[in-house]
This record gives sequence, structure tokens and C-alpha cells, in this order.
Amino acid sequence: MTAQNGHRRLTTTPAPASRNGSGPDPTVPATTHPTPAGSGSAASGAGSPVVERPGDQWDRRVASGLAFLRRRLSGQYEVDEFGFDPELTGTVFHPLLRLLYRDWFRTEVTGLEHVPADGAGLVVGNHSGTVALDALILSAALHDQHPAHRYLRLLGADLVFRMPVVSELARKTGGTVACNPDAERLLGNGELVGVFPEGFKGIGKLYSDRYKLQRFGRGGFVSAALRTGTPIVPVAIVGGEEIYPMLADIKPLARLLKLPYFPVTPTFPWLGPLGMVPLPSKWLIEFCPPIPTAHLTDSADDPLVVFNLADQVRETIQQTLHQLLERRPDPFGP
Amino acid sequence: MTPGGTPGAPGVVVVTGVGRYLGAHVAARLAADPRIERVIGIDPATPGPEFAGLLDRVERIRLDLDSLGGLLADLDVAAVVHLALVTAPDPQHGGRAAMKEQNVIGTMQLLAACQRAPRLRKLVVRSSTAAYGASFRDPAVFTEETEPREVPRGGFGRDILDIEGYVRGFRRRRPDVTATVLRFAPFIGSTADTTLTRYLSQPVVPTVFGRDPRLQFVHFDDALEVLHRSVAEDHPGTYNVAGPGVLSLSQAIRRAGRVAVPVWEPGLSGAAAIARNLGFGRYGLDQVDLIVHGRVVDTRRLTREYGFTPRTTAAAFDDFVRAHHGGVVVTPDRLAAAEQVVLESIRQVRSAVRDRT
Repeated sequence: MTAQNGHRRLTTTPAPASRNGSGPDPTVPATTHPTPAGSGSAASGAGSPVVERPGDQWDRRVASGLAFLRRRLSGQYEVDEFGFDPELTGTVFHPLLRLLYRDWFRTEVTGLEHVPADGAGLVVGNHSGTVALDALILSAALHDQHPAHRYLRLLGADLVFRMPVVSELARKTGGTVACNPDAERLLGNGELVGVFPEGFKGIGKLYSDRYKLQRFGRGGFVSAALRTGTPIVPVAIVGGEEIYPMLADIKPLARLLKLPYFPVTPTFPWLGPLGMVPLPSKWLIEFCPPIPTAHLTDSADDPLVVFNLADQVRETIQQTLHQLLERRPDPFGP
Repeated sequence: MTPGGTPGAPGVVVVTGVGRYLGAHVAARLAADPRIERVIGIDPATPGPEFAGLLDRVERIRLDLDSLGGLLADLDVAAVVHLALVTAPDPQHGGRAAMKEQNVIGTMQLLAACQRAPRLRKLVVRSSTAAYGASFRDPAVFTEETEPREVPRGGFGRDILDIEGYVRGFRRRRPDVTATVLRFAPFIGSTADTTLTRYLSQPVVPTVFGRDPRLQFVHFDDALEVLHRSVAEDHPGTYNVAGPGVLSLSQAIRRAGRVAVPVWEPGLSGAAAIARNLGFGRYGLDQVDLIVHGRVVDTRRLTREYGFTPRTTAAAFDDFVRAHHGGVVVTPDRLAAAEQVVLESIRQVRSAVRDRT
């Protein structure tokens, strides 16, 4: 009830919502928001006849915000062996992503019943969007809307963990390096793991190639699933391709900066930092029925089985993408 | 079976490096074990006065490892515990060159002597989790089978790889000897005094900008317990020894009540290199790599084979925090008091505003 009130307030007052949505700065607004919001609401709520009840609610929020700050500053929180910080993720990162996926991208999620409520699962999706925003949107939407509120542990490219700041944000939100030991360890611990086998080929493709799945690499994700007997849940994500439509790739500049590609979009680099604002496309996410692998545990090293299974996953995602695109004739529709 | 020794526990034990903190404590602990007949401590230097009481029951021999010769065979030594490792160059004692001499050449000579000792049944070597190196492509958690992706930049890491290589060679040549390699996480505790504990007890702790490494520690007393069991029982193989669980560096600094100051990484590496060339400070590239990459190991093999779980990293760190009050900038009590003050003042402002309207 209290959470719903809070959401309605944020959506009806456009100023803070749009400001947060356009500039996803992960630390500043969330740590400071309880205090100004609390005093502001007290001033406006005092005029209404019901003074006591909203006052109590804001008092609770201020108190819990301050307690959160104290816990953070004294180091009294838990981090798992991969560096995942559930408290920080739930209190700071997911609320920010919520604004983005719900209010900015109007994301609709279907097929959540195919995601296991407990135990390990390997979620395999299509990658898109020049910046890997789809992975973050997927994990936030899954955590919010799945009945068991499961965290998706993302596997990221080396480049992510090479970059300062980005690497730590990735670890604190539950990500780790995409390698078989980490994938198998997470799956062995019964976690829900998210992987995008296309990698940079997926996010770095041109707008004209949108929703065409790229090659799936060596199928390392399949062998990790087979070794642990984990079901594979394919997921199709529509909407990511339009947020930063990549018109060209300046390869010499990319080589110079040691990046996999250097994107040119209708707004970037022309508008500078304003070009970083994602276009408000309409997003659809559909989870497909899981593919069981428990009976194939012995075939984890059989390349034929691995490639066949990877192909099956790829075909499922591609077909689901086509179906979703038919449901969404206008990329920027409501 | 050596006469007098119970099965598993050896009769005569040689401990190297008894002039140092770890060696002195291990030797004292083994000497207190009635199953072990004789404990002989070897060190080139006379142990400091602070260890004199500890080493009462330990026979001491002032000896360099290169003049060991046939001593191990003459003494009928059944077990050797090799702890004489230098973790950071000490400018007052020859710097990096002396460190490498002691770590690598010293181990080589000790193992050569061990090979010629016919009654030797057990070899316990102190190693470090630095054996896993540091790379951005590393898995999050190292098991004993993980190979380092690249040779470490730091001197200690390189020495550790060399030492483990010699132990592998020794295992091939003397398969009858039970060789145990213990890869320790950094030691911590109320009394441990290491490069890392000195780093964390500064009031202002330099960290690397944009990096928050995951750290693991092992409590000094638990390290002693594992070393003791390695001598008294048979545990061939390589084991990670660390407290379960993880602290991130920022979290550790906050729990210790210190203040972190982020520094740009190339600047820090450069400063470490300059400091080393000028011969001051004990921080080197080993330390920089640790606070960029962090290091977490899997300890399931230790728990399974030794039937012993060290206290958690967080508990070991708490013990360190309790013992290092000096230099504390922020305490949990002060934070809680500040929280109450802010909360009260917000409540007062709000009620004042409500009263006026």
C-alpha cells in the first residue's frame, strides 16, 4: 500500500520522474531523496485535513533512509563472494531502473511463469541497443514482477570488468565475468543466471540489422547449463534496438579507443551528453518455456549436443522476437 | 614410524623462519604438542626478544638455508615446515634482491636438503593466494585447480609461483614424502602485523578510484591451527586457507572506522614503483594488484579434508578492528548518534512547520 502510494506520487508529478529518467546517475538522487521528499511532503500535507497519517509515513521513510545511510557508512551489510550487494541493489539501483523500464520504456513482461521460482535457471536473451541497457532492464523487471522476486545474476564481457566504476557497479548488482567457472558456480548455488551469448556482436550491430540474432559463439553457456543440469529459459526482448539506433560504426576511432565499436546514432555524438538519453521505445519482454537439460548432463563436452541446443535456443528467441514485433507495430507506440 | 612418534605425528620437526612472527608461533605450538618429540627452529638471525618466551622449548639453530647441507639427515628429521618467506621487500635488509634470495633460492636449497634426508616423511610449505595472480578475466572465486592467467607483476606473486614450481618438482622426486602446500589469504587478527594490517590501520586509507576489490582474510590463530594439523596429521596436496565470506575493501575500511581516499590507478602504480626504487615503504605492485583486483578463494577442500573451518573473514576482521582503536575516524556509535540528531532535528522542523500552519 505504501509502495503504491509512492509510485502514484512519482508518476503524477512529472518533474522528478523525468529528471531521474533522463539522467540515470546511480548514487546521487537515491541517497539524498528521503530527506527533501520528507520535508516537502510535510509542508504540503499539513494543509490537508488528514495531517497525522501521511506525516507518520514520511517519518518512517526518513528514519529508514537514515538507518540505511548509517548501515552503509559503518559497513554493516553483506556482500557475497561475487561482490553482489543485495541491499544496495534493492535500495538504490532497482528503484532507478524501475523509473526507466516502467515509466520511460513502458515495458510489458509476459511468460514469467516459465522462470523457475526457486533453484537454478539459465536465462538466455537477445542483446541489443549499443549500450547493454537491456540486461539491466531485464534484471530489474524480473526482480520486480516475478512472484519470487528473484535476482538475475548477469554474466558480462571482460571489457565491463576492465573499466573502473563500471566493473564495480556490475559486481555490486550481481554480475560477474562471463566464464564457465563463474557460471557453473552460480548455477551450482541455485542462482538465476542471465547471459547474452551474442555479446558485442549483438549490441554493436547497425540499426538496419535490428532483431536479427547474431552468431552465438562457442555455446559456452550451454555447456555450463548441461554440466549443472540447469533448465535454459530463452527470453526475447523487443524495444532495445530503438533506444540508440546505431547508424554507423567508426571503426578507426573504435580501434584507437580500444572499444569493440564506436557508435553514431541520430543524437550521438552530435548532441554530446544529451545524445546519451535513450529514445523512449516501447519494450516487450517474453520468457519462453524452459528447455530441460538434466538428462544431458553427460553430454556437456559433446560439441554436437552443445551446438544443437544452442541452435534450438537461438531459433526460439528469433521466432519469439518476430511474434513480439507483430504485436508492436509502432516502436514508439504507447 | 619414527620411534616415539604416534602414527601421523612426526618425531623430529624442523621449522624454518622462527625469527619471524609466524615461524615463532608455529614452532612454539608444535613444541607444546606432546605427540611431537623435538622441534628445531632454523633462522639466519637470532629471534627477537619478543619471541624469547615463546621459543623456550624450541631448539634453535642459527643457520642460513644455503648451509643446511646434510643437517636434516643427521638430525633424523621427519617433518619440515617451511615458513621462511618474505612477503614484502624490506629496505633495511637488502630490499627486493634479498627478498628473492630468501624466498626462491632459500626454498630451492631447503628442498635440495629435504631430498637428501632419508627419514623425511612430511613437508609443509607456506604459500599464498597470490599464486592466482591478478587479471581482469579471472573467475570470481579461485579453486585450487585455477591456473594464473598471467605472471603477476609483483615480486612476491612471482616468488610464490617459483616456490610452488619447486615443490611440484620435489613431489615428483620424493613421492614418499607427504607434501602439503597451504595457500594462505592475508593474515589478520588482534596481533598480526603485516603489510596489509598496517595499510588498514592508517586513519586515511588510499584506495584505487573506481575499484572496490573483494578481500578475504584468515585469522592468525586459524592459520596456526591449520599449520599444526598439517604437521600432526597427513594432508597431501594444495589447500586454500581463508576465512569464508567476503568483505569489499570499502566495507572493510568503513568497518574499521577509517576514511578511504580514492587515487587514480596509474598514479598509484607509479608511486609504488618510485617508492620501491627509492627504497622506502613496503608497498609494492603486489599490494596495488590486490586492491585493484581483490582475491577470493574456495575453501571447501580445506573444510572437507581437515574437518576444520576457519572463522569467517568478517569475524577475523572484527578481531582486528577491536585491537586497532587508534586512528579511528568514524565509529558506529558516533554514526548512530549523528543519525538520532538528524532524525530529531527533521522531526522538530516538521512539527514547527505544522504548528505554524
